[in-house]
Amino acid sequence: MSAINITNVSKIYAGGVEAVKSVSIDIADGEFIVLVGPSGCGKSTLLRMVAGLETISKGTVEIADRIVNDVEPAERDIAMVFQNYALYPHMTVYDNLAYGLKNRGTPKAEIDARVAEAARMLQLEQYLDRKPRALSGGQRQRVAMGRAIVRKPAAFLFDEPLSNLDAKLRVSMRGEIKQLQKRLGTTSLYVTHDQLEAMTLADRLVVLNGGEIEQIGRPLDVYHTPASTFVASFIGSPAMNLLRANREGNRLHFGSQTLEADRLAALPTDLTVGLRAEDLRVAQAGEQSLTLKIDYVEELGAQRLVHGTVDGKPLTAALSPEIDLGETIALTIAPSRLHFFDTTTGKRLTRLTDTSSVIREQVAALEPAIS
Amino acid sequence: MQRVKIFDHVILLMGVFIMVGPLVVALMTSSHEAADIHRNGLSILPGGHFVDTYTKVLTKEGGFTGKITGLRMMMNSLILGIGFAVGKIALSMLAAYALVYFRFRFATILFWMIFTTLLLPLEVRILPSYEVMTALNLTNTYTGLIVPLLASATGTFYFRQFFKSIPDELLEAARIDGAGPFKFFIGVIVPLSKTMMAAIFIIMFVYGWNQYLWPTLMTTDESFFTLVRGIKQILLVWVGSNIPDYNEAFALAILAMLPPVMIVMIFQRWFIKGLTESDK
Repeated sequence: MSAINITNVSKIYAGGVEAVKSVSIDIADGEFIVLVGPSGCGKSTLLRMVAGLETISKGTVEIADRIVNDVEPAERDIAMVFQNYALYPHMTVYDNLAYGLKNRGTPKAEIDARVAEAARMLQLEQYLDRKPRALSGGQRQRVAMGRAIVRKPAAFLFDEPLSNLDAKLRVSMRGEIKQLQKRLGTTSLYVTHDQLEAMTLADRLVVLNGGEIEQIGRPLDVYHTPASTFVASFIGSPAMNLLRANREGNRLHFGSQTLEADRLAALPTDLTVGLRAEDLRVAQAGEQSLTLKIDYVEELGAQRLVHGTVDGKPLTAALSPEIDLGETIALTIAPSRLHFFDTTTGKRLTRLTDTSSVIREQVAALEPAIS
Repeated sequence: MQRVKIFDHVILLMGVFIMVGPLVVALMTSSHEAADIHRNGLSILPGGHFVDTYTKVLTKEGGFTGKITGLRMMMNSLILGIGFAVGKIALSMLAAYALVYFRFRFATILFWMIFTTLLLPLEVRILPSYEVMTALNLTNTYTGLIVPLLASATGTFYFRQFFKSIPDELLEAARIDGAGPFKFFIGVIVPLSKTMMAAIFIIMFVYGWNQYLWPTLMTTDESFFTLVRGIKQILLVWVGSNIPDYNEAFALAILAMLPPVMIVMIFQRWFIKGLTESDK
């Protein structure tokens, strides 16, 4: 079994900068975990501490039930895929794949067999005699993955492996990584700043901000119930709209405009309301609505993003391209789709216990993640 | 199409003439007899004694003891040049490897200390160096000729800059692949430095080949004489009615020039790559 347990891990650099603040993650055997966050959030540092390329200031990292804080990277039974591939430029693809095995004194026949297997899996067979410079970006990426696979490690560590590829290749490589990981069943820790990659690859994703965990959860749970305004604006594209509102009973006042929802009694009177762009729709006659003053429109083909202001505050709505747009548009949202956050801490606020089916579903969906 | 610009060509031709002219004169003059040269001065037309002069220079046993031949001197020069180049590359690569990849106290200060002290020319520290070598009984040995000049600030600096341009991820990948410091050096750093090594080899070979002062100090035994010293030796016979063997001096000068030229020509492609390429 090769679970990874990260317990209260901190990284403090000389000079007192705390890049990672007491982070704990338990990764089950075979699980695909994605660390996601903006640049400088400590996600790469955390990964490098697991890899053994950075020392661990505080806390412990366990790989396969063995504390590896003071173990050399080569002895940790992990393999890493780097952003710039880090292939040895003077070696052929074969030698690149075989180098790690040779250093471990693996018998020649076994090396041949493992390299052949990895090359077949990644469709690299006809390139084995080439040097990396004679390969395209996608092929180099595959060689980098092959170098990880041949080692048959307990865990794969990916450090933004797709960010040097063009958009189209990125999508196809994303699929390949996912399939490969499912097929091999190897525990994986994957770092990215791209929320789309995080959503599509992860079994569970970990949102990091300023060296701290904002939320851990399955991609859809994180998307539907973001734990804070940070997660809400980071996961999902376009970002969730966040508007300050005053609550009076069950009425929410956005400046001069008002929406009515239900079961808001437990919430503070001053709060931040989150509205997903894709949950907004054009209001029918007689429905309660917010009036959006349109600034500009982004055409995406399948939908269009309408950017504008509600009472002077920016708001984006994802609407169908068939809708005619004027100067302003009346938008509405199902009350159950509203998210509420504390204005000062940014933490998610829950409404009164309710029996609405939507919430019941959400709670049910959350349970496996909590336990 | 680019127009042929006559003026540009005139400049190029002038450059060629200025640089190659003296060499041609030396080559041509070396094929005349010494007496002719003494009477008529330099010439740019070939004389009839090309083969004689060069055979004589290479094989005649001359010098004070009458035992040293041109061939012997050439070999000494080669030993010095190659010994220098190889030794300096090995030493400065190891020094640069330590400076770049190992975190030890005062590494930066050490580097700048090495750098500034070694920037001083040999002549400044020639007396102490000589003292040390005599104390170690290394005068009149190849070791004594080569070793004191091996430490190279230039080489260390070049290799340090080059190693710094190698991405850190390569080191990290190698660490995960289980390569220790030695394996990483032999398996990754050395192969990557090939072009750099070629560049340093040329510079250091020529430097070693042209050494004059140090070999003069260190060797009294004529069997250690180098070509550069041999030329001087020939012109030293100006006594009585003897005419110096100008032709032989010229021939030796030409011979002394050939190996560095060949080295530069052979390594030139790598040399340019080594000095310009950094997209590793």
